[in-house]
Amino acid sequence: MALHSAIKGKLISVIGDEDTCVGFLLGGVGEINKNRHPNFMVVDKNTAVSELEDCFKRFLKRDDIDIILINQNCAELIRHVIDAHTSPVPAVLEIPSKDHPYDASKDSILRRARGMFNPEDLVR
Amino acid sequence: MILSAQQREQLLGNFEAVCGEEGFGSSTWTIDLCYLLMRYQVCRTLCGTLRIRHGRPEALLPQSRGPRWPAQTLMKSRLAGATKGHGLLKKKADALQMRFRLILGKIIETKTLMGQVMKEAAFSLAEVKFTTGDINQIVLQNVTKAQIKIRTKKDNVAGVTLPIFEPYTDGVDTYELAGLARGGQQLAKLKKNYQSAVRLLVQLASLQTSFVTLDDVIKVTNRRVNAIEHVIIPRINRTIEYIISELDELEREEFYRLKKIQDKKREARKASDKLRAEQRLLGQVAEAQEVQNILDEDGDEDLLF
Repeated sequence: MALHSAIKGKLISVIGDEDTCVGFLLGGVGEINKNRHPNFMVVDKNTAVSELEDCFKRFLKRDDIDIILINQNCAELIRHVIDAHTSPVPAVLEIPSKDHPYDASKDSILRRARGMFNPEDLVR
Repeated sequence: MILSAQQREQLLGNFEAVCGEEGFGSSTWTIDLCYLLMRYQVCRTLCGTLRIRHGRPEALLPQSRGPRWPAQTLMKSRLAGATKGHGLLKKKADALQMRFRLILGKIIETKTLMGQVMKEAAFSLAEVKFTTGDINQIVLQNVTKAQIKIRTKKDNVAGVTLPIFEPYTDGVDTYELAGLARGGQQLAKLKKNYQSAVRLLVQLASLQTSFVTLDDVIKVTNRRVNAIEHVIIPRINRTIEYIISELDELEREEFYRLKKIQDKKREARKASDKLRAEQRLLGQVAEAQEVQNILDEDGDEDLLF
């Protein structure tokens, strides 16, 4: 199994607003599998938090996904789920969205590293 | 068994007292029991037989033997092992810590870079929207197969495997024909920007994964280092101290015992001398009647052929 998954390339999934998703899809990360499940999720202002949470958990469970990109404003909504995810794979990356600048002090990973460096160092 | 009924009763009745009197402390050796036998006038030949027939009679008595030399060597080797292990673990923790700092620095650097790259990518998306109109739905509906995928490699730092993600491209571009009518150049630029963004993000993801893995491993290693330093080594040290004190005690006991043996022997000799002198004085002892001891050398002429 390990050998098999090592040969087979893993996917990058995207959770974010429409523009972020479109951008990454044009970059070529999008895939729809045999069961018609996409590896991306478009979040708009009508998307419920529970829906977002379910989708995120589903992505965590899929074994063909290695990296999950999530807009930081979406990540803020399901912060508890992201904090609860401690295993290294899949890696959860928070990315800035078009209308929300990146705030390093909110990042789950960087918050773990707090005390080792100053978050203000990022915004030099 | 050897003693008469009366004597036995007396011994069993005052067992503790007798033990105390004879100086049976924490350890009892064969010689102590010989003293006990002597106390009840069991003759020496019998004593010898007893020892041969029953092995060590000390098994009959309550005893607690202290630690011996092998125990001390064992503990010393354990201490050496623990110290060595502590040193190695400490080195490992240091190596991991160094790598951890390096990765942390890289993460911070990459995150800053990511902000710029994402800004650029978003701006080119706006350009595309301006030239081609709204292509969002077309793009979202026409997803088929991923062009960029991730390969996982393993890196090894001081016995810890860290996954390293590596992007690679295969298959055709799904959106080859997008922007054919107008805005093709902008779209190409957009694709390029987002692909570089993806590459950067994959790099960041592997850094982040290493970060999380190392964080856990460092925690575990530090805990072990502390456990060895503050629990195991002091415990072994205390045990060694105890063993040494116990061995010293044994040595003192031994010395005392030897002294006591000399004492008793001297007393016995004095008593027998006295008795013999008295008997000689009384003239009761006739030289001829005395039973010759075959072990006595005097009077035994050498035989010459």
